[in-house]
Amino acid sequence: MEQEFSEKNGWIVITFRGDIDFNSSPDARKVLLAAVARERDVLVDLSAVTYIDSSGIASLIEAYQGAKAKDRRFALVGIGGAVMRVLKLAHLDRVFTIHPTLADAGYR
Amino acid sequence: MSQDDSQTPIIELVMPARADRLRLMRNVVRDAAEMSGCTPDCIEDIVIAVNEACANIIQHGYHRDPNGKIILEIRRRGEDLLFRLIDFAERVDPATVRPRPLGELRPGGLGTHFIRSVMDEAEFLPPPDGASNLLQMVKRIR
Repeated sequence: MEQEFSEKNGWIVITFRGDIDFNSSPDARKVLLAAVARERDVLVDLSAVTYIDSSGIASLIEAYQGAKAKDRRFALVGIGGAVMRVLKLAHLDRVFTIHPTLADAGYR
Repeated sequence: MSQDDSQTPIIELVMPARADRLRLMRNVVRDAAEMSGCTPDCIEDIVIAVNEACANIIQHGYHRDPNGKIILEIRRRGEDLLFRLIDFAERVDPATVRPRPLGELRPGGLGTHFIRSVMDEAEFLPPPDGASNLLQMVKRIR
C-alpha cells in the first residue's frame, strides 16, 4: 500500500493506493488518525485502492468517529466496486459520506 | 475423518501466519476461483471471506506469531468450492465466534460477519490429527 498526504485550503486529502489489508492497515490507521488530529476536514481518496478488508474498514471507522467528535467533515472519494462491496457488507455505505471525485467533494 | 471421494483437490497452500503473506494467498484464491468458473462478484466474495478467516487465525489464533503455520486447502465438490483452513494455534471454541451486531458503529468485529455473509456455509470441523482447528467454508460456484 502507498499513501500520500496533502493539505490545501483547509482540507486534508489522503490518497491510498493498492491493498489496505491486515498487513498495511496499521499504517493506514496512523495516517488517518494523524489527519484527524490536525482538526481539518478530511477526504480519503480510495480510487486507487484495489482491496480493503475489515481491518482497513476499522481504520476508516475510527478516523470517521474521531473527525465527528471534533465536528469535522470526513468523506470517502472514488469508491470502486471492490471497496463498495466491502462497505455494503459492513452496512457502511449509508454511514460514510461518499463522493465520486475530489471535485464533487468541493475540493479545489 | 475419512477422505470424501467426491472432492477434487484444486490446490493446497502452506503459509506462515504472517500478515505480509495475505496478498499472496488472496492471489492464489482469486485464481483458483476464476479457474473453477466463478463470476467476478463470486470471486471477490470468496477472496473477502478467506482473507478474513486467515487474518483471524494470524491475529487471534497465533497472536501474530510469524512462526505459526496455516494450511489452506481448496477443493471442488460438485458445484461447490470448499475452502479449508487448518491451523495449529489455540483451539477455538466455536460458540465464542460470533459476528457482532452491525448497528454498533465500532472498528472491530467485522471479519466473522463478512465470512457468514458471503459464504454459503462456514463451520469448524474436527481437525486432522495434530492440528488445532479446521474451518471449512463452502461457496456454490456462481
